[in-house]
Amino acid sequence: MAKQLTIFVENRAGRLRSISENLHKNNIDIRAFTIQDRGDYGLLRLIVDKPNDAYLAMADVGCACALKDVLAVSVPDQPGNFHRLTSALAADGINITDAYGFVLQPHKTGVCCMEIEQAQLAKAAQVVREAGFTVLEDEELYSL
Amino acid sequence: MDVPFWSREIETAERSRIEGLQLQRLRQTIGWALQTALYRKRLSQAGINSPDDIKSLNDLRRIPFTTKDDLRVSFPKGHLAVGMTDVLRVHSSSGTTGIPTVIYYSRDDVDNWTDLLARSIVATGATSADVFQNMMTYGFFTGGLGLHYGAERVGMAVIPIGGGNTKRQIQTMKDFQTTVLHVTPSYLLHIHSKLGEEGVRREDLALRKAFIGAEPHSENTRRKLQDLLQIEAYNSYGLSELNGPGVAFECVFRNDMHVWEDAFIAEIIDPKTGEILQDGQEGELVLTNIVRRATPILRYRTRDLAFLHPQGCDCGRTHRRLSRILGRTDDMLIINGVNVFPSQIEEKIMKIPEVATNYLIHVDKKGALDRLTVKVEIYPKLFLGEVSKLEALKRKIIEELRASITISPAVELHEPGSLPVSEGKAKRVVDDRPKD
Repeated sequence: MAKQLTIFVENRAGRLRSISENLHKNNIDIRAFTIQDRGDYGLLRLIVDKPNDAYLAMADVGCACALKDVLAVSVPDQPGNFHRLTSALAADGINITDAYGFVLQPHKTGVCCMEIEQAQLAKAAQVVREAGFTVLEDEELYSL
Repeated sequence: MDVPFWSREIETAERSRIEGLQLQRLRQTIGWALQTALYRKRLSQAGINSPDDIKSLNDLRRIPFTTKDDLRVSFPKGHLAVGMTDVLRVHSSSGTTGIPTVIYYSRDDVDNWTDLLARSIVATGATSADVFQNMMTYGFFTGGLGLHYGAERVGMAVIPIGGGNTKRQIQTMKDFQTTVLHVTPSYLLHIHSKLGEEGVRREDLALRKAFIGAEPHSENTRRKLQDLLQIEAYNSYGLSELNGPGVAFECVFRNDMHVWEDAFIAEIIDPKTGEILQDGQEGELVLTNIVRRATPILRYRTRDLAFLHPQGCDCGRTHRRLSRILGRTDDMLIINGVNVFPSQIEEKIMKIPEVATNYLIHVDKKGALDRLTVKVEIYPKLFLGEVSKLEALKRKIIEELRASITISPAVELHEPGSLPVSEGKAKRVVDDRPKD
């Protein structure tokens, strides 16, 4: 299962800068990121090449951060594929608590990262594979 | 100027007569206090074992002070001087920790208190013809029920609306043509700012007076309220340990508050040395309740800074006047009329494991009202990267604090290490409210 690094960030000027500086200093390559905004704070979610190293680098400077399993699915970048993916999950009653997507190669490869409750995670991976998608493991995701 | 009285005889009595009454009532109170666990020991240690040991008012200084902490230690009944059969009412206020300060009233106590409030109300020129809208919170807080009873005794038409719900307050003032309000100054400013939104003009209202209390305010704030609403605003003073409102109230001259000295002995002391100061000198107000059977409280350290006027008042009352409250000798915050100790907040949030050791209490104004924000750092080891958990944590902090301090703060979550550290003299409370 792929790992996502989640970092708690206060919503004020300069906070992201200090995080990016630390990641850069530790030679972390960022594949994708998204921010969940909650007003006074936000959660920065990152897909990086070395999640464990990135986690330790951030924890070292006192950040509140966590590594979490996410279901990363390779989705061909053509119309209708995201719908096919969500339909397969919905048909089995699997709830996607959070998700984001990014395109790796336009018109070829997209990736959908989904947070799914721990109890449903294994089942979700199985459903997705049965629907013909590829679930990306850690290394695959970063070597794409 | 027409000077109305509720009890003219006692309100204008010679000082010697007031002092005679004080001595007689103090001795009676000593007798009651000796029946409590709290006072029996400490009075005995001071060589006072019977009312006869008090020969003159000068002996007052032999009596040890009582603090809020003493009432916490004696919680719940260590300062109760009667059996529960004889208790008619219980009120309570915030303690410095989770343990509140509780006060018991006998039937006579409620009656005496009510009479002092009737006296206070009439001193402002309000009458039985007035429609009285009581915007103070009812319940454990003494501000609501205290004035309610007093207003009924005067014979006013009492609207027991209680605190909050600005739309309803404005509509009620208009519907019933309210003439007198009991309200905190900040809430009255807030109400004024909302009149336009509700489509209500000043001329739609019949307001003529407001009793403003429960929070310190400046003469400028009073003037502002009087100008904006074209009313007379009367300052009032009280604290639940000494009944509640009705300890001191302004008369029609609105030139500081007469302390009802047939019911209370007021002293001003140097808060550091305990030395008794002269009239006119600023210090900490110390009060002794001399007409309360169920809960006698001797020489209570109010922590309020003020002075007593040496001169008399044009109204003819001989009861000395207390200045506005000029400050506190402790770190108590007054937020929209509610007393809050930072220690109450600390006690609650430090029990929550997901919260790290640093926190900050921030108070500012949002419009006319006070706003309390509690900023906490999250504890990295318990961070799971889930928004739902963080939002649940916020709700938990709000609920814990509401249960403890009765108001809901805003809660902000901060990164570990971003708030001032706990070592040394960290400033935990930032009060950004303008001083005026």
